[in-house]
Amino acid sequence: MIEVNDIHKSFGDSKILKGITTVFDKGKTNLIIGQSGSGKTVFLKTLLGLYTPEQGSIVYDGRNYSDLSSDEKSDLRAEMGMVFQGSALFDSMTIAENVMFPLRMFTKQSKSEMQDRVDLVLKRVNLGDAHKKLPSEASGGMQKRVAIARAIVNKPKYLFCDEPNSGLDPRTATVIDNLIQEITQEYDITTIINTHDMNSVMEIGEKIVFLKDGLKEWEGSNKNIFKTDNEAVTGFVYSSDLFKRVQKMYLEEDL
Amino acid sequence: MSYLHSIGQYFLMIKAMFHKPTKWSVMRHLIFKDIDDLIINSIGIVSFIAFFVGGVVTIQTALNMTNPLIPKTLVGFATRQSVILEFAPTFISIIMAGKVGSFITSSIGTMRVTEQIDALEVMGINAINYLVFPKFVALMLYPFIISIAMFLGILGGMAACVFGGFASLDDYIAGIQLDFIPFHMLYAFVKTFVFAFLLATIPSYHGFFMTGGALEVGKASTTSFVWTSVAIILLNYILTQMMLS
Ligand SMILES: Nc1ncnc2c1ncn2[C@@H]1O[C@H](COP(=O)(O)OP(=O)(O)OP(=O)(O)O)[C@@H](O)[C@H]1O
Ligand SMILES: [Mg+2]
Repeated sequence: MIEVNDIHKSFGDSKILKGITTVFDKGKTNLIIGQSGSGKTVFLKTLLGLYTPEQGSIVYDGRNYSDLSSDEKSDLRAEMGMVFQGSALFDSMTIAENVMFPLRMFTKQSKSEMQDRVDLVLKRVNLGDAHKKLPSEASGGMQKRVAIARAIVNKPKYLFCDEPNSGLDPRTATVIDNLIQEITQEYDITTIINTHDMNSVMEIGEKIVFLKDGLKEWEGSNKNIFKTDNEAVTGFVYSSDLFKRVQKMYLEEDL
Repeated sequence: MSYLHSIGQYFLMIKAMFHKPTKWSVMRHLIFKDIDDLIINSIGIVSFIAFFVGGVVTIQTALNMTNPLIPKTLVGFATRQSVILEFAPTFISIIMAGKVGSFITSSIGTMRVTEQIDALEVMGINAINYLVFPKFVALMLYPFIISIAMFLGILGGMAACVFGGFASLDDYIAGIQLDFIPFHMLYAFVKTFVFAFLLATIPSYHGFFMTGGALEVGKASTTSFVWTSVAIILLNYILTQMMLS
């Protein structure tokens, strides 16, 4: 569980996050949605400890980040996995080496133990036969799955994904979404996903935080997002025709 | 103001390079890879340039010595002095600022724009140590390259001298042994070590702290070349003033 309390973050004179308070539960897929430029990536990177907020606190299962010593911070970091917006695979390493990297850095496992773990995780993301490929030789969807594998290989307690399915076809996107949700439930981790994909919202939006201009505009779940009358949210949700029709269906159901 | 900020940031980077070291089993591989990329891969071009520029230095010297009273051994002597004192350590370093420097800036810069550096930092890795320290260690072998350049520069001079008929082989060899001052070698290698440090750190700085996208990676490489050259030329002046006069 991650408790976020009144987070502020600016770059120079521009305020990006203007006081966000919310809670992300364990074993659930938590979504952060909002338009491009609303501050989702900055928020996620702040949760990861890459950016230090000027104000506010972040508490990871009872551990307040700003109270931790630098060793404790490192330990906490080792419990986090991150899937970056552009995958961020190390392009000088093969896929298997990418996935093995966190194990090599943070564990004292033997080579064969590490290899077993890498095999298992790569199979988990349906990449059982891509060990030797370089990231540049893999498709976008494969790269995303490698990034997920790298993020979960060291059994994290917290998983952060920045638009894990952007730029993918709808089918692959759904596969990735479901994969993340299954992993979250399987390992009982706290997962936070940035997205502006309405399919993801419907599929895995167990908890949704809607950001607008660096503020939390709305929060809820995929059960009630279609029923809210918050204009910013409805404007976002029904920006596509498809969802306008879905809304009509909902309304007809209610009648 | 922003220059002062950059200079401060550069020295903080150097400090961070020695902090929180990466596991040795991982670091070892990084060092070997950088030795290959930065040192081994430069030997070819450096040898080529050294040999032919050494030849040109000899020809120029010989052509300018029209007075028959000047002994022929002076051709070899002048070639040795210019190759060892300036050409090998300084001139080659400027070329390396282009070759190795832009390689370092663009490879680290690409890692920055594709969030690979963020990925390292998320894992709690000291990315500066991980990326810059192995380059620093690899470039401690840089004097090896400069030694090759010195040797081949003098050899190229010899070839040009003999084939061009400016002086006999015996004269040239006598010339390169004339009035040898061991302190000049010390001076040359002190410079080489200083330049090696600049070659490892200035391009790394420009790659590590860049922002933007692929276009900016190209710009950062150019800027890094300019500043590395400026630093080499300035320190060359300062060290020469300090050690030789
Ligand atoms: N390192 C930075 N320095 C300065 N400004 C930044 C930085 N990172 C982000 N910003 C600014 O913060 C704002 C929010 O950016 P952010 O990347 O969080 O948007 P986002 O919601 O993730 O958008 P997208 O959906 O396009 O990824 C933008 O206006 C951006 O220009
Ligand atoms: Mg983003």
